[in-house]
Amino acid sequence: MPNGAPTKITQASGTKGGIGESMLRPDGTLKVTGEFAYGSDMWHEDMLWGQILRSPVAHAEIVSIDTGEALAVPGVYAVMTYDDLPTEVKNYGLEIQDTPVLAHGKVRHHGEPVAMVAADHPETARRAAAKIKVEYRDLPVITDEASALAPDAILVHENRTDDHAAHVPHPNIVHRQPIVRGDVAEARRRADVIVEGEYVFGMQDQAFLGPESGLAVPAEDGGVDLYVATQWLHADLRQIAPVLGLPEDKVRLTLAGVGGAFGGREDLSMQIHACLLALRTGKPVKIVYNRFESFFGHVHRHPAKLYYEHGATKDGKLTHVKGRIVLDGGAYASSSPAVVGNAASLGVGPYDVDDVEIEAIGLYTNNPPCGAMRGFGAVQACFAYEAQMDKVAGELGMDPVEFRRRNAMSQGSVMPTGQIVDSPAPVAELLRRVKALPMPPERQWESSEGADVRQLPGGLSNTTHGEGVVRGVGYAVGIKNVGFSEGFDDYSTAKVRMEVVAGEPVASVHTAMAEVGQGGVTVHAQIARTELGVAQVTIHPADTQVGSAGSTSASRQTYVTGGAVKNACELVREKVLEMGRRRFGSYHPAWATAELLLEGGKVVTDGGEVLADLVDVLGDEAVEVEQEWRHRPTEPFDLRTGQGNGHVQYSFAAHRAVVEVDTELGLVKVVELACAQDVGKALNPLSVLGQIQGGTTQGLGIAVMEEIVVDPRTAKVKNPSFTDYLIPTILDTPTIPVDVLELADEHAPYGLRGVGEAPTLSSTPAVLAAIRDATGLELNRTPVRPEHLAGA
Amino acid sequence: MRVNFTVNGRPQQADDVWEGESLLYVLRERLGLPGSKNACEQGECGSCTVRLDGVPVCSCLVAAGQAEGREVVTVEGLADLARQRSDGLSACGTPPGEAGHAQTRDTCSQSGESGELAPIQRAFIDAGAVQCGFCTPGLLVAADDMLERNPNPTDADIREALSGNLCRCTGYEKIMDAVRLAAARQSEGV
Repeated sequence: MPNGAPTKITQASGTKGGIGESMLRPDGTLKVTGEFAYGSDMWHEDMLWGQILRSPVAHAEIVSIDTGEALAVPGVYAVMTYDDLPTEVKNYGLEIQDTPVLAHGKVRHHGEPVAMVAADHPETARRAAAKIKVEYRDLPVITDEASALAPDAILVHENRTDDHAAHVPHPNIVHRQPIVRGDVAEARRRADVIVEGEYVFGMQDQAFLGPESGLAVPAEDGGVDLYVATQWLHADLRQIAPVLGLPEDKVRLTLAGVGGAFGGREDLSMQIHACLLALRTGKPVKIVYNRFESFFGHVHRHPAKLYYEHGATKDGKLTHVKGRIVLDGGAYASSSPAVVGNAASLGVGPYDVDDVEIEAIGLYTNNPPCGAMRGFGAVQACFAYEAQMDKVAGELGMDPVEFRRRNAMSQGSVMPTGQIVDSPAPVAELLRRVKALPMPPERQWESSEGADVRQLPGGLSNTTHGEGVVRGVGYAVGIKNVGFSEGFDDYSTAKVRMEVVAGEPVASVHTAMAEVGQGGVTVHAQIARTELGVAQVTIHPADTQVGSAGSTSASRQTYVTGGAVKNACELVREKVLEMGRRRFGSYHPAWATAELLLEGGKVVTDGGEVLADLVDVLGDEAVEVEQEWRHRPTEPFDLRTGQGNGHVQYSFAAHRAVVEVDTELGLVKVVELACAQDVGKALNPLSVLGQIQGGTTQGLGIAVMEEIVVDPRTAKVKNPSFTDYLIPTILDTPTIPVDVLELADEHAPYGLRGVGEAPTLSSTPAVLAAIRDATGLELNRTPVRPEHLAGA
Repeated sequence: MRVNFTVNGRPQQADDVWEGESLLYVLRERLGLPGSKNACEQGECGSCTVRLDGVPVCSCLVAAGQAEGREVVTVEGLADLARQRSDGLSACGTPPGEAGHAQTRDTCSQSGESGELAPIQRAFIDAGAVQCGFCTPGLLVAADDMLERNPNPTDADIREALSGNLCRCTGYEKIMDAVRLAAARQSEGV
């Protein structure tokens, strides 16, 4: 067992500690003392360090690879290339297995893995990797829609056989999803105003702080134990085992501590590489990316170009929406097909529109691969449709919030996919609430000692004391799906056990859910307390010794794995009550007649009468249940019309941004970013706030600073560091007041609604709207940079 | 080379250190103190913040050799540091001269298993300032240093002091709450 292997955590609660309480994290103490072991903290006697050599160019044939010099470096144990892969399975991928473990004959993007080294010191491994000689012959780069679809375009992937290959109009299009509803041509004639817009959304990085990392330990049975920071253990397993040529039961994954994810750990990174090196050398191998490599080591948020036409009548009702959304998926598919489906199906936003034509496509290019990031296709669309809503409101001379209110969808609305929204959709109410929050005071930088420059655009650079500073206010609202869509079997599994330990009833919960910081472990313990009436809950480390939990993505884990834990607890409770009836049923008629609950370590009737202590009911027996749980099934979208009940649940958030812009220098200070969100039921109100504020801040980042800059001539990444890729600091981030609404969704466990992503959608367009309000500029791209504003 | 320095109140000795190794690497990989985190290794994120002779530094940017003969406090030593501040005593109980060899992992100030937390650590848990927790050790060291110098910070003071520490999960609101809470508890003597 390596150092840092996760262990069970038992948390006791003085209160009921059930759902609805702001319980504190069971891993909180470990995290503040430095004891919590992340993937990069794993350590094993005799372990080696793995290092991946990556392509310095975006698109090239590999003429030759010479590993001789690298192998000769003292301390090097192995150097591996494509030729050393052990089986016929040499690719992996979440939806399409198009991603080579190590490049074969060709590299398709800057930073693609080409070879790898294991050595006894990380610096030795780095230096040896640099001694591998690779000769490249450059190929032309595909960097955008025009170059991807040009008549003579090189195909990024030849001979495609994936499920989408047959229906896409060009092999450099991964997937295309139209959404067609009503009659746009007819509706267009009813429009009093028609507004067109073209929008550009930059490439965002998840920028989780804990770099990709893990430790592979070869096992005596010929298998391998992998401790890794990931978002979905079983999806990793499914992709890893065939490449290693091992049956899945010989590849055992355990979740190491995860330093944030945000979608960036859905795809494999170092998993297969570490396993291959461990099996080759017979020694444990640890791989930890540094930040530079991390920028190349995971997919990013799809940059997008979006073209919209909105029409409306004079009284402020939308007549139609036409949209075309072009997402750049980069060199490998990752989750591009699902991102396309989301962008298309959510491309109108949370509004009632009968006549819709949307087309979304995902491109194959030689840009960095793009895939999942918080908001998943809905983010790009929201940025554009909300800009359009402001533009239409401007044309109509109508208040932008009022215009949104007149078109806001509600429970019973029909989506452009034909799906009826059959749970609360309080879009107008969220806008009303966020608008009703008190405004931050004007000239908030003024203090008794003059201007506090820290509160002004430019901050401590001391660029203004208020001169040239103009305030603006903007609003936005968005719609996000919760859970995996389009007919995916999106289940989770929970194993729950109840027994008496040291004289107390204890529930233990074992799932494969990846705790990435979101607080799923806290919520699981709360659910167990609520359902089983115990104070002490033990959370088992997540691993592949229990069934799949699905991904920690799509705002789904509290719903789906939470649902699985609830379900398993209910089954345990039934068994416990059955035991109680057997043992004590004859002593009290209520055992047979009353509704029985587990509360405070006892079996009680719904009238509150205590029938037995759980300790006595259980005795020395343990009750254990492992069970899969599923939400309502979904359907694929029709490939021509996009019609279908594609989504599980919808979630909504609205933002109001207040910004101050130094119009002379183009510097922006976001003064406040208020959010209202419906969460159905807040299982842990403290965690809910953390999700909303964190998601809001990532939306702020892509509004005013974050962008991976790719050279359009070479498709090379220009800013792979935290020096050049800026994420919001505590100085860039304003106060984020939050108004949480809880309107139960009767289809979901406890009525809850997935929380994590919706706030990332509307945050960005709200900030953009506020900057437009302050400057009067059109601003059709995000992030906004000073040069877009200066001198306005 | 060999590096001798004091970590969390205990003399430490690291052998076979390559000259290019950072203080962060030596703490994490040679002294068994992985609490300081390796998020960027470029001095941009603050996750590796430790105090070097009392001054917060990014330990990824300090060559291990520069720590020779100096005192380092990491997140693993915050509870002891807080205890020393409150009672002016060394809580470790081991006179400096009797410290064990560098490779030992079992020392009272390093294990973090003392059960007691520094007020800033307690406040981060209570305020919900910890999500993934990867930025937390660096933020704790930076916040603890600020509260030592400035027990009653304004919000602008807190933001300025913590502006070198990136967090990607929380949106910083709960971190602000945590530092305010620690300051309030400190001034109330709780």
